[in-house]
Amino acid sequence: MDLEYGPEYQDFTKEVQSFCKKYEGLTFKDGLKVPFGSPGGSSGPKVSRAEWQKILIENGYFARSVPKEYGGYGGEADMLKSRIIAAEFSKSKTPTPMGGQGIDMLVPTLLEMGTEEQKQTYIKPTLHGEMIWCQGYSEPGAGSDLASLQTKGELINGEWVINGQKIWTSTAQFSQMCFCLVRTEPDAPKHAGISYLLIPMDTPGIEIRPLVDMTLKPGFNEVFFTDVKIPEGNIIGKRGEGWAVANATLGHERGSLAPPDATMNRVNMLIHLMKKETLDGKPLIDHPIYRDRLMQIQGKVLAQQSHGLRLLSAKLNPGTDVKIGKMIQKLTGTELRHELEGLAIDVMGEIGTLYEQSPHVKNDGTWQFIYMYFLGLIIGGGTSQIQKNIIAERGLGMPKEPKIQGA
Amino acid sequence: MYFGLSEEQSFFKDNVKKYLEDNASLDQIRKIASGDGKKLSQEIHQGFLNLGVNGLLVPEEFGGLGLDLLFAAVVSESLGACVGPVPFIAPYVMAPTAILVAGNQEQKENYLTKIASNEVLIGVGFSEFIGSRNDAGLTFDSGVLKGRTMFVMDAQTATHVLLADNLGQMFIVDTKASGLEIVSLTTIDKTRQYAEIICKDVPADLLELSSVSTNSISQSIDAGRIMLAADTLGASQAMIDQAVDYAKERKQFGRAIGSFQAVKHMCAEMVADLEPCYALVWHAAHCHDSSPDEAKLMACHAKAHVSEMGKGIAKKATEVHGGMGFTDLLGLHYWFKRIGVNRQMLGSPELAREEAMQSQL
Repeated sequence: MDLEYGPEYQDFTKEVQSFCKKYEGLTFKDGLKVPFGSPGGSSGPKVSRAEWQKILIENGYFARSVPKEYGGYGGEADMLKSRIIAAEFSKSKTPTPMGGQGIDMLVPTLLEMGTEEQKQTYIKPTLHGEMIWCQGYSEPGAGSDLASLQTKGELINGEWVINGQKIWTSTAQFSQMCFCLVRTEPDAPKHAGISYLLIPMDTPGIEIRPLVDMTLKPGFNEVFFTDVKIPEGNIIGKRGEGWAVANATLGHERGSLAPPDATMNRVNMLIHLMKKETLDGKPLIDHPIYRDRLMQIQGKVLAQQSHGLRLLSAKLNPGTDVKIGKMIQKLTGTELRHELEGLAIDVMGEIGTLYEQSPHVKNDGTWQFIYMYFLGLIIGGGTSQIQKNIIAERGLGMPKEPKIQGA
Repeated sequence: MYFGLSEEQSFFKDNVKKYLEDNASLDQIRKIASGDGKKLSQEIHQGFLNLGVNGLLVPEEFGGLGLDLLFAAVVSESLGACVGPVPFIAPYVMAPTAILVAGNQEQKENYLTKIASNEVLIGVGFSEFIGSRNDAGLTFDSGVLKGRTMFVMDAQTATHVLLADNLGQMFIVDTKASGLEIVSLTTIDKTRQYAEIICKDVPADLLELSSVSTNSISQSIDAGRIMLAADTLGASQAMIDQAVDYAKERKQFGRAIGSFQAVKHMCAEMVADLEPCYALVWHAAHCHDSSPDEAKLMACHAKAHVSEMGKGIAKKATEVHGGMGFTDLLGLHYWFKRIGVNRQMLGSPELAREEAMQSQL
């Protein structure tokens, strides 16, 4: 056991700290138009989103290991440096880089499986925040059983012609591009009939209808495709290989949904809240039942944080078996965050039900918002029940449910 | 940066486990549990000591190995995995930790050297300090102890016991001293021994620094709690492994019961609950040695959280076995009971969590 990062990393930490200080309170000239990434402040220097992305990349604080020729920093992948960058940014009032499905999922996929031309065309504008992507996976009839998707793509005169419907498509209304799973080989077995296509969102025949979720924000959309025509080359991997390509990106998504350090930040916010807010004249933290529930949650989060260190260490020191350890992350991380946000609501009682800009609302209503939002994350990206199937079948080698004929 | 067990620690863990699997099978544990395995129990204990566990935490200057608490944690994990019927936590972890921090030079030289050479076996009873029940109570005056204390670990096989009063002062008492009575307590877990000790003016050796501050007893309790958490960790993993194996084999409605989601989801939940406990226990053991500011918080949470997860796993793993899980025939209950006792000893989850809160206010 050695939890020290070493002197090289201490210097690096100082370097990141001074960078964060320099750009503290940075304000965006065009902040509202672009989703993802922190909102920025009001006191610091003024730049555009794209300029900020460029500054971050030039300094190696974003897209660190993406090659220079594709618009990245071109450095060595260094897990500890990435961790230090994330930790220092979260401590400071400096905006973090943009995220989103293009950056978090498509870029790694392109780097792994894209053609040279695709890498040249898409990665740089995506990293710079100039090209936003949405993910066209789920359909009304293909949720947990994603591979049964029916949106059809036919190759006619050198063009893909796409017809069908996608659902749960976040940020479709802001997106320039969509990476989309489409059935192109109707006669092949279901997993082998899918291709991974790249669809410009301004192509005629695409209709976007917002889908308001329980938080009352239009977080998702339905996207309808009617004779949408795109070039034949807008495909990652070969025809019928889309399922394997998509599985690579789902792996990226599942690990990153509920990082334990972020959950611990919320635990600390809750402790602060419980010291300040009172019930019958006594701080909430002095009420034994609430206090015990707080400690139960803190114990769980500490366990997940320690577990995160174990997984990080396994990446740095190959040869350690943490297969099951990785599989449990999506399930445990999202469930715990939901539970924590719910505890904050419980300790506040009626005050905990206040929402939006109500008088007396605490922390801008974030406890209720995130409580509901995380129920969405428990369901999205493979429900908790699907995660349990994965852990049991792939992790523990338990037998699958017998298949129903024809399904 | 490396987070996890070293090669030596993994090797040690496997060694202890292999020794127990070879020498303390379920049949042998049954014999000990039934009360007529005293000789067998001594043999298993002797073999266990041959692995070097008694001097594990004793510094080299006193003839021990001077290893860190993570080594002890992996021993505890293996003991839990095999429901090992041998004293460990009290005589070889809590006692040396307490003596090392609270003893004067003479006490250290005397007891620590003898722990390492196996001339003494010191049981531990700290219930009066952690949470005194009913009308128990120990008082120390003019060099003698009066009163009684409950749930002293391993007193029956001990040459000495380390007892605490409600102020956290610690005393070493010879179990053969006149006026000392050991009353065996029967818990659900027959793989380990607990006793009530009644003192009628028993001469006691006060560990010098424990009368100045509770820091020393607190460190010993932290170490003990991490060991209990590790024991539950090993026992829980053993229950999960048995449940998963059973679910793959047992057939009903023409298929393995593990193919039913109701069953496989229980298995997945157990794994998801337990997997982070490894890291928590290791981290707590590491903080105990290397990060005093976090040590208390981590030890309390390790004890409380692993106890909670273990309780759920003990129930679910039994349920996966259906009626067989409930029988003595299968013997799954030895693990169930081990987890149940670990949960209550040295402070139940609620008490440990309250201490966790206190440590950060």
